[in-house]
Amino acid sequence: MVNKLIKEDTKLFMTGNEVIAYAANSAGAEFMYGYPITPQNEIMHTWCKLLPKTEAGFLQTEDEISAGFSTVGGILAGKKAFTATAGPGNVIMQDAMSMAEMMRIPFVCAVMQRGGPSTATVIYAQQETTLTVFGGNGEGHRIVYSTAGHQDLYDYTIKAFNTAWKYKFPTYILADGYQGKMREPVVMYDPESRGIEMIPATPFLRAEGVAGVDRKPVHMRNCFNLEEELMEVLDSYEEEFNRITPEIAEYKEYKADDADILIIAHGIVARSAITAIDELREKGIKAGLFRPVTIRPLAVEPLRNAVKRAKQVLFTESANGQMARMALEKLYGLNTPYDTLYKMGVGVTGGDIVEKVEQMLRQPASV
Amino acid sequence: MPSVLTIPPRIPQAQNPDPGASKFCPGCGHGMTLKTLASAIDELNLHDRAVFGCDIGCSLLSWNYMNIDTIQAHHGRTTPVIYGVVRARPDTVGIAYMGDGGGLAIGAQHLVNAAVRNEKMLVILVNNTNYGMTGGQMAPTTLPGQKTETTPYGRDIEVTGKPTKGAEMVASIVDTDKAYVTRGTVGNPRQLKTMMKKALQNVADGRGFAYVEVLSLCPLNWRTNNVDTWDRLQTMEDYFKVGELVVPQAIEGVK
Repeated sequence: MVNKLIKEDTKLFMTGNEVIAYAANSAGAEFMYGYPITPQNEIMHTWCKLLPKTEAGFLQTEDEISAGFSTVGGILAGKKAFTATAGPGNVIMQDAMSMAEMMRIPFVCAVMQRGGPSTATVIYAQQETTLTVFGGNGEGHRIVYSTAGHQDLYDYTIKAFNTAWKYKFPTYILADGYQGKMREPVVMYDPESRGIEMIPATPFLRAEGVAGVDRKPVHMRNCFNLEEELMEVLDSYEEEFNRITPEIAEYKEYKADDADILIIAHGIVARSAITAIDELREKGIKAGLFRPVTIRPLAVEPLRNAVKRAKQVLFTESANGQMARMALEKLYGLNTPYDTLYKMGVGVTGGDIVEKVEQMLRQPASV
Repeated sequence: MPSVLTIPPRIPQAQNPDPGASKFCPGCGHGMTLKTLASAIDELNLHDRAVFGCDIGCSLLSWNYMNIDTIQAHHGRTTPVIYGVVRARPDTVGIAYMGDGGGLAIGAQHLVNAAVRNEKMLVILVNNTNYGMTGGQMAPTTLPGQKTETTPYGRDIEVTGKPTKGAEMVASIVDTDKAYVTRGTVGNPRQLKTMMKKALQNVADGRGFAYVEVLSLCPLNWRTNNVDTWDRLQTMEDYFKVGELVVPQAIEGVK
């Protein structure tokens, strides 16, 4: 067991990367495996700096491939282990993540998105949304929380561990370089003080007793002989994923009830949308926000209801519509027209959104 | 007197009898290597601490071969999975079982770094000089002139370089006071078992990394009969010298 550092409510002013490290400790995380890549480095830095107090474990591996696979190993051994990555690191870590997905390993990873493709920028983007949700050679049986600030980072990092260990699907905190590097106030707390019961980790390998003597040995595989054998497994995963979706899917709305123009944005772009909505409302323009918190699974019914109510929809992202593609698929059959404000790898400001919405009023969307 | 056919085979406790007949091709060296490993685990009584990881390639077929907890990983990634387990639970005797492709090509960076970091784990690398599972392509260990599916006219070392000598490479980077590095052969199972025991002991003692390369057989892809198969093994033993390369003093006496 590790020593938890946050025992009572504590208000702090720090970077998002630091917040994630503290939140992982509050969640009872016991081991971090990682490889340096900007903009997630300070998660590791903070985790390492705190080691004498937490008595947790850390291993700096040779690359993100091994960071991912050794995280899998740590979890198999029964530890609450996690990792963090970004950009090209997220690309090569998909190897391990797809194994975690296939084997229902409670893999937890913080993704601090940076510009892409390739090395691109080390700064910021929302361009790893598709990769984080659907990366790997599978069906995306993953749970992805998109955070919009430091309180989210704290709350959802804790939640990610519980979701992962409860449902045994890989779980992500999808943030970005802005959130990782900027400072904001955050209230840290002991999860128990909020009535959050942390689900204990249990070993997959080396459970009680001698294998082959006291109990059958565990033989874990991700390889199947027959097509039908694989489909049977994946069908059961799909069924389970759909069954738990109502328990997991989360969203937030801001003045969406009476919105003529519904802005759909996730992560930190949703914060810009709120700024824009306040400004637009002052001008008498009824704008509102629908923010999917879980990008996977999406809260489909609330999303459809919000879109149905609106006269126009605006999708905005620091990507070329990666989240929008997932949402649009779920909006099949609705005819609310939509427009887009996509800035690939660049921040979207409140001003950008105000300008776009005003344009949409002059020239309504026709798609 | 019971008929010979009624005497059950002697299967080590660490070997799982449930799968029945071996899934490896006739004449393959994996079965011998795994049985030797299982016997070594028996003799050191490590059943409660051992975790077996197997790679992709023919080694994958060992996923239910052992009577100990097993994890089948991705190609080349068994090493990080196993050191991940061991780092999280240090009393584990972690065994990463792989082929020459898994250890010396796609997973070479993990082998190198695990050796340098003195990860307290055992890597068993089965060297049959080709990629067997995928149909017999050139491996890092393919001998000069050897015909494979991707060197149909023989391996030209001017084009592809010389065969990788895994044990020598590992020996040159480990902490020689703490690591055990050796190369055995399925042609000498008795010696191989002693090597396996030393390797396991080194890990079980918490001293450090262990690497056992095993020269093995692949008659199917080599397209060799019994006699030619053993001749090929001799050729391999000439190129890849059998013997211990790094032995910490503490385990010198293990038999």
